[in-house]
Amino acid sequence: MLKRSFIIVGLLVIASMALAACGGPTFECEDPIGCVTYGADEPIRIASALVISGPNTDLGTDSQYGVEIAIDFKGEIMGHAIELQAEDDGCSAEGGQSAGQKIVSDPTIVAVVGTSCSGAGVPMSEVVSEAGYAMVSPSNTSPALTDPESAWNPGYLRTAHNDKVQGKAMADFAYNVLGVTSAAAIHDGDPYTEGLAAVFAASFEELGGTIVEFTAVNKGDTDMRPVLSAVAAAGPPELLYYPVFTAEGGFLTKQAKEVSGLEGTVLSAADGMISDAAIEAVGEAGEGMYFSGPDLSFSGGLYEDFIAKYEEKYGAKPISVFHAHAFDAANMIFACIEEVAMQDGDSIHIGRQALRTCLYATSGFEGITGELTCNEYGDCADPKISVSQLNGGAYERIWP
Amino acid sequence: MLRRLQDINVLDLVLWVFRAVIIIVVVWGTIATIIENPYPAVTWTETIIAGIAQGSLYALIAIGYTLVYGVLFMINFAHGEFFMSGIMTATIFLAQPMGESGFLDTYPFISILLITVVTVLVSVGIALLTERVAYRPLRKAPRLVPLITAIGASFFWQNFIRGLYGSEVKPFPQMAIMAGKVSIAGFPILKSHIVVIVATILMLIGLYVFVMKTKTGKSIRAVAENKDVAALMGIDVDRAVSTTFALGSAMAGIAGILYAFVFRQVHFYMGFIPGIKAFTAAVLGGIGSIPGAALGGLFLGMFESVGPGLFLEGLGIPAPHQLKDVIAFTMLVLILIFRPQGILGERLAEEKA
Repeated sequence: MLKRSFIIVGLLVIASMALAACGGPTFECEDPIGCVTYGADEPIRIASALVISGPNTDLGTDSQYGVEIAIDFKGEIMGHAIELQAEDDGCSAEGGQSAGQKIVSDPTIVAVVGTSCSGAGVPMSEVVSEAGYAMVSPSNTSPALTDPESAWNPGYLRTAHNDKVQGKAMADFAYNVLGVTSAAAIHDGDPYTEGLAAVFAASFEELGGTIVEFTAVNKGDTDMRPVLSAVAAAGPPELLYYPVFTAEGGFLTKQAKEVSGLEGTVLSAADGMISDAAIEAVGEAGEGMYFSGPDLSFSGGLYEDFIAKYEEKYGAKPISVFHAHAFDAANMIFACIEEVAMQDGDSIHIGRQALRTCLYATSGFEGITGELTCNEYGDCADPKISVSQLNGGAYERIWP
Repeated sequence: MLRRLQDINVLDLVLWVFRAVIIIVVVWGTIATIIENPYPAVTWTETIIAGIAQGSLYALIAIGYTLVYGVLFMINFAHGEFFMSGIMTATIFLAQPMGESGFLDTYPFISILLITVVTVLVSVGIALLTERVAYRPLRKAPRLVPLITAIGASFFWQNFIRGLYGSEVKPFPQMAIMAGKVSIAGFPILKSHIVVIVATILMLIGLYVFVMKTKTGKSIRAVAENKDVAALMGIDVDRAVSTTFALGSAMAGIAGILYAFVFRQVHFYMGFIPGIKAFTAAVLGGIGSIPGAALGGLFLGMFESVGPGLFLEGLGIPAPHQLKDVIAFTMLVLILIFRPQGILGERLAEEKA
């Protein structure tokens, strides 16, 4: 009896060894948060989560074009094509949440370019981080997202500037160039707008100016007169800064001209309102308005190639401001996939933690937007801010 | 004494505390604001007029909810889309081209007439189509069914318009005759606000006369009382229901035009929030009652506009205007606690609930 079981065990051991020998060396994932494997003819899959519906469509679509062009330029990585799954972040917390859930339910996606809006980025980075994915945003600028005390999650990076830089630049421009000494700021509760308005206010006061009112509206509000009247009653300020999005920004701009006391106030907004749709939304009331945003006076042959491709592929000049940042975000991901992917016959394996580590270690990466170097919390941008003025229905770069 | 204490249940107690807290906050905030007096008189008048104008828009939209509820006992959640679709179409095909060619300022009254005709035709057309296709076949179904259908219709029209005209914000041109302010009793008031308020009053009077004095109005009221008896008396119920939808959506269409005059910006999603607010207004005033809808709209607009400055500014709460929806809906809860049937609602509790 005992003898028989020995024989069975012995046979099993021999059989398993033989099987192992036939199968060749099997891959074993040693990455602490898992691996993605792509078989012989399977494309490498990345996702985008950008705003491609609603009033801020231009912002997200423009970035998505940037990602698509990066894929076209790259062609393939280690013999695998690259496939994009485009999701919509809706420019809202709910939209970011659902886009994130959709992405993490697909284990074949290795990394995400997104989100467009910081408000969507906060919940989405949480979902995506927990599932072990890496996420590089081309246009989240809220300081909270790369602040470990606030909303930062492991695996989150961005190629856009931190609004600490933008708010400071705008305050500098207002105080030193325009020479105004009193200002008011309005946000809409979104982390992007609130963060930027707060940094602007703090920097403006640091320079010696007075913030007469720091207040907020709701997303989706149409009647801004009560809040504008309150601003006028508090000052009225020489400059009003409202770094909000197109729809609310359009209402604020038009109604500011009609509120007693604000007739002479200089109006200014930020990069959420640099698009053709925003020019239409502010209409004539927006003439002479100032906008802070990323400096797009990029130079170099790569940007010229990019623009040529953009115009050829989509039949228009770039429709918003974060296409180059998205292009760089996608390329950063591609570079790291190439670095960490393990060739295994015809298939490749990508360790998720290895990919994250590589992204955070990015240093001196040559992109369109400059030389990208990431810090430990994922701020990778080479931040350059400029201020434009709306003149005759077009943005005109005036500073620095 | 002890027994009386035992009779009070926890829910009642919580409700009483809730009422007391709201009333104390409102009174305290108001007194603090008045003592502190942060705003000059012109701010108050501007805020109040803005509130009346906003309330007028809510009132016009709320009429549609109330009329349909009165006749069919259904909440037509697609009503916000009737408000949006007319003015979107008129903006794209009339207002924008006329604004560019200068026609709008050369012949302002003809332009307004044309815009009104197109807007009302589109709004009414879409309302009648929705009623015929999506609501009429379900009239005998349980009441939840048409409610869900209405939400579906709302999504359908929203995305239909988005597909037709795109998802961008569309500017509505500024008309020269409506630009600027006039001074009334020393206070500057926007011309567009005056247009909104006057137009709303005229529309409401017109509607009241129509429903109360004409034969068609009488048939609508008869159907609202009792569909079966009305049918026995020889009233065409389908026709009366269609007329009700046409009336409600025409009011919504006009509200859309007035919205465009004031805000000069239209968008495929613009009907959603005003639709919800107007529904709130209809409930606030007592759903089913026409004067109630008008009053509810006005109340809601005023709370939203004046509330943050009056109740919260004095308490030192930062960014009070962000909380205007909180104030508006808290007031709704408060009024419904004291008067569950709404300000002017009476019949609902016994007969139709």
